[in-house]
Amino acid sequence: MTDIPNSFNLDGEPIPFEPGQTILQAALNSGHFIPHLCAHPEFKPHGSCKLCIVVVNDRTGASCTMKALPGLEVQSDTPDLNHRRRTLLQMLFVEGNHFCPGCEKSGNCQLQALAYDLEMFNDHFTHFFQPREVDASHPDFFLDRNRCIMCELCVRASRDLDGKTVFGLAGRGRDLHLVVNSASGKLGDSAFAKTDRAARVCPVGAILPKEVGFAKPIGERKYDETPISQLAFTCDWEG
Amino acid sequence: MNVRPPMKKLKVATTSLSGCFGCHMSLLDIDERLLELAKLVEFDRSPITDIKTCGPCDIALIEGAVCNSENVHVLRELRRNCKMLVAVGACAITGGLPAQRNQRDVGEILQRCYVDMPGAQGRVPDDPELPLLLDKVYPINEIVRVDYFIPGCPPSGDALWKYLTDLIGGRMPRLDYQSFRFD
Amino acid sequence: MTETSETTDSILAPIIAHYGGDPGNLLQILRDAQEALDWLSPETQGAVARRLDIPVTRVAAVVRFYTHLYDTPRGKYRVLFSHNITDRMAGSPALMAHMLKRLKLKRGVVSDDGLVSVGKTSCTGMCDQGPALLVNNRAITRLTPRRIDEICDLIRARAPLANWPAHYFRVEDNIERADMLLGSAYAPGEALRAAIACGPTGMMAEMRKSNLRGRGGAGFTTAVKWEACRDAKGDERYIVCNADEGEPGTFKDRVLMQSFSERVFEGMAIAGYVTGARKGFVYLRGEYSYLRAPLEAKLSEMRRNRLLGMSICGVPGFDFDIVIHMGAGAYVCGEETALIESLEGKPGLPRIRPPFPVICGYNNQPTVVNNVETLCKVTEVAIHGGLAYAGTGTRQSAGTKIISVSGDVERPGLYEYPFGVRVSQVLDDAGAYDAVAVQISGAAGQCLTPQEFGRRIAFEDVPTSGSFMVFGNTRDLFEAALNYSHFFEHESCGFCTPCRVGTALVARIMEKIHSGHGARYEFNELTRLHQLISTSSHCGLGATATNALQDIMTKFPTVFDRRLIKRDFEPGFDLDAALARAREVSNRDDANAHLAEGVDA
Repeated sequence: MTDIPNSFNLDGEPIPFEPGQTILQAALNSGHFIPHLCAHPEFKPHGSCKLCIVVVNDRTGASCTMKALPGLEVQSDTPDLNHRRRTLLQMLFVEGNHFCPGCEKSGNCQLQALAYDLEMFNDHFTHFFQPREVDASHPDFFLDRNRCIMCELCVRASRDLDGKTVFGLAGRGRDLHLVVNSASGKLGDSAFAKTDRAARVCPVGAILPKEVGFAKPIGERKYDETPISQLAFTCDWEG
Repeated sequence: MNVRPPMKKLKVATTSLSGCFGCHMSLLDIDERLLELAKLVEFDRSPITDIKTCGPCDIALIEGAVCNSENVHVLRELRRNCKMLVAVGACAITGGLPAQRNQRDVGEILQRCYVDMPGAQGRVPDDPELPLLLDKVYPINEIVRVDYFIPGCPPSGDALWKYLTDLIGGRMPRLDYQSFRFD
Repeated sequence: MTETSETTDSILAPIIAHYGGDPGNLLQILRDAQEALDWLSPETQGAVARRLDIPVTRVAAVVRFYTHLYDTPRGKYRVLFSHNITDRMAGSPALMAHMLKRLKLKRGVVSDDGLVSVGKTSCTGMCDQGPALLVNNRAITRLTPRRIDEICDLIRARAPLANWPAHYFRVEDNIERADMLLGSAYAPGEALRAAIACGPTGMMAEMRKSNLRGRGGAGFTTAVKWEACRDAKGDERYIVCNADEGEPGTFKDRVLMQSFSERVFEGMAIAGYVTGARKGFVYLRGEYSYLRAPLEAKLSEMRRNRLLGMSICGVPGFDFDIVIHMGAGAYVCGEETALIESLEGKPGLPRIRPPFPVICGYNNQPTVVNNVETLCKVTEVAIHGGLAYAGTGTRQSAGTKIISVSGDVERPGLYEYPFGVRVSQVLDDAGAYDAVAVQISGAAGQCLTPQEFGRRIAFEDVPTSGSFMVFGNTRDLFEAALNYSHFFEHESCGFCTPCRVGTALVARIMEKIHSGHGARYEFNELTRLHQLISTSSHCGLGATATNALQDIMTKFPTVFDRRLIKRDFEPGFDLDAALARAREVSNRDDANAHLAEGVDA
């Protein structure tokens, strides 16, 4: 236990926090990275990707939903937790159809960047190779469900910030998939606009603008030179 | 980088299954280090030597995914004869771009390409010499046991060199951040 | 927007009006709409969304979440065989094959004339009288080849369900051993009046003394829950009866709802009296739809007798009433926060906890969620007093426990014992003469070996939600493990990565081993996945999804050993079969058009 009020230990280092903050928020605020995908400072904690798992007093939990409390002993950057995170990334890679070499988001993708940072050499598991629908009906943006990781950031952004509720998740288990709020189910028939916050919140390449693919050459992209664990504090969150 | 030559030269086989030979081109991209590599290893079956069948080897470098029956035969031959199997590049590791056909039925694809397309020959080729397509394109580790993986599309010459010299030197292979790429 | 046909609209209008046009009743509305329209077309979904003024994505999310809601036509008669391991052991696969053959159908595919479809569903809670099926949500038990023939004839003749022989739908109680709850006489209103005599504070004190713990499996102390709810800030409070009995092999709540419902309802009213809640919900699993009408009748009767409604038993200000909500095929809704989401008309996705429902539950108000059996026990505490209640059972597990026994036993059914009973005694009483394993608490529970049959049923030893699935010496436990893996893959809600993808990977690996492609590698993979899924998942479903599998792997090693026949890794599928499609379109069958198995091939 540390004596400093409103402080907990993360991998042995004291982290100050404001009452009400989650462990992840407090850690990021004080410059300590915990891998995460579905968490985003503009939105309420969600807790679905589980990349941010930590061990607190011998129990595993998602640091994005656990409230920071004085004196907690939190482990994050341990071989065991990083191994589990790598496995979770591998799960996301085999579940979707992530063809990095042909994806415009490559180099700017948070899923890929975490895989680099956690040295994920392969996808390990059997790929699902499940067909998923691509929607190019919108004049400015396309929707490639092959790359969707069900983080619901677009769902939340459209509902909470844009006030439009363009997106939703439907289905159960492996059938879970992104749906669009329009009679045809197509993005082009929805209220989605290129100025929406939801257009710029996708951590992967599922929602991308048309006509601007591969804007930066390899070597100059966001995560080409610097790992996401270092960039998380200096750059904006948008891809 | 200096690597102490092993007592005996390691034997290495390489092959490209369903790939674009980009990974092999990267191997050539190690430039003058090829000479150093040649001091450390001897190539068995490989497009570099043009040897067509594989003898007992220490390391197999495998580029490309498994998309047809011939790929399966070659992959099995290498697994049988090599102590260490290394998947090189996105196709071998994830199926890569060839696996984008996995969204569709292979019968439909053949029908479209050989029968329905304008100017197509009107029937799906049936020559017994031709390898038959599998229902899906598979990463090699879904067909055989694979020991090591070098990501990249292709992995850079530097990445290959680092990884291989680690492997030959008996170290756990690692890549530095800038060499760790899926594209 | 697609134009809605007048017929659809005229069907939807009264349904939506009946539910007050409240989107919170979306699941109930969709259930009733499907009852009338056979399926929920995009047009219907659009019309519901418009009438409720909600995004169509929200309607789609609910339709796609619940297994028993259909967004494609499933036929006039929708037959679903219970896929639980006990139904399978009783011969369900052969019966389904027989029906498919008779109706010339493929599983899951609707007949060309749109008349019928036949598929599988998770445990229907009829394990003591299986094999069972559901036809349009109605359960038919004790299936035999002859009965299947008769059902096929009725379907072909397009006979309305109401005209089918009534005895098909009879569901027995099968109470084999009765104790305090199942064996005692009951005077309606007695418990309520006893509680009122104590007053709300007094009754809470009795609850504390009783040490009554939740019967759903987790064993949380009921009084603590009630107190937290009573003391929480809120405009309204709610009492929810969790009758979403989805744990495979469990059927005690079905009997309690069928034959002891007044005790359940009185227990709820007492909970309302003590906590200040004025409204209660029964969340009844869709598989038990047949219970709805009698339960509604019972509620009316209790209202007439002033045991529910305004001024209960003549006590001014004691107002409490109960609404029944139906589920629609989702095991995860047994988890209390998922259940609350479902009550609010949403997909049953477990919430982030804390806050717990007692602080922030239904409509973000303080909510108590209690199991059916727990609520029955409340009436015992009210009538006999807390101390008397605590006098039976063990130190940490007061009172009696009802156990649902099924599988390889002579007398399947309900067995009620004081807590502390040995597993072996239950097995002896039920006539399990050759048991080699007992699966306790369903697919999420533990699998006991004969060496463990001396253990006791109690929170301090073997805790249980109350089910014993017994496996005799001719059974292959691998089949059970495989069945559980399919169950969890199907029931995972999909919210979190480890459970959504992990349960699917486990099922794939189990299938690989089942089809003879397994090596030691696969066994190790299962262990690794278990470690990740059980520790990193969002809710209890994921946390327990691989428990039984892990138990079977570690306690019954030969079950796996004899199936791990490959020396080295090989593909999880038949390579030669993977060439079949290309062979077909290229008209080839030469030697080169085939692949043999094995690395050395």
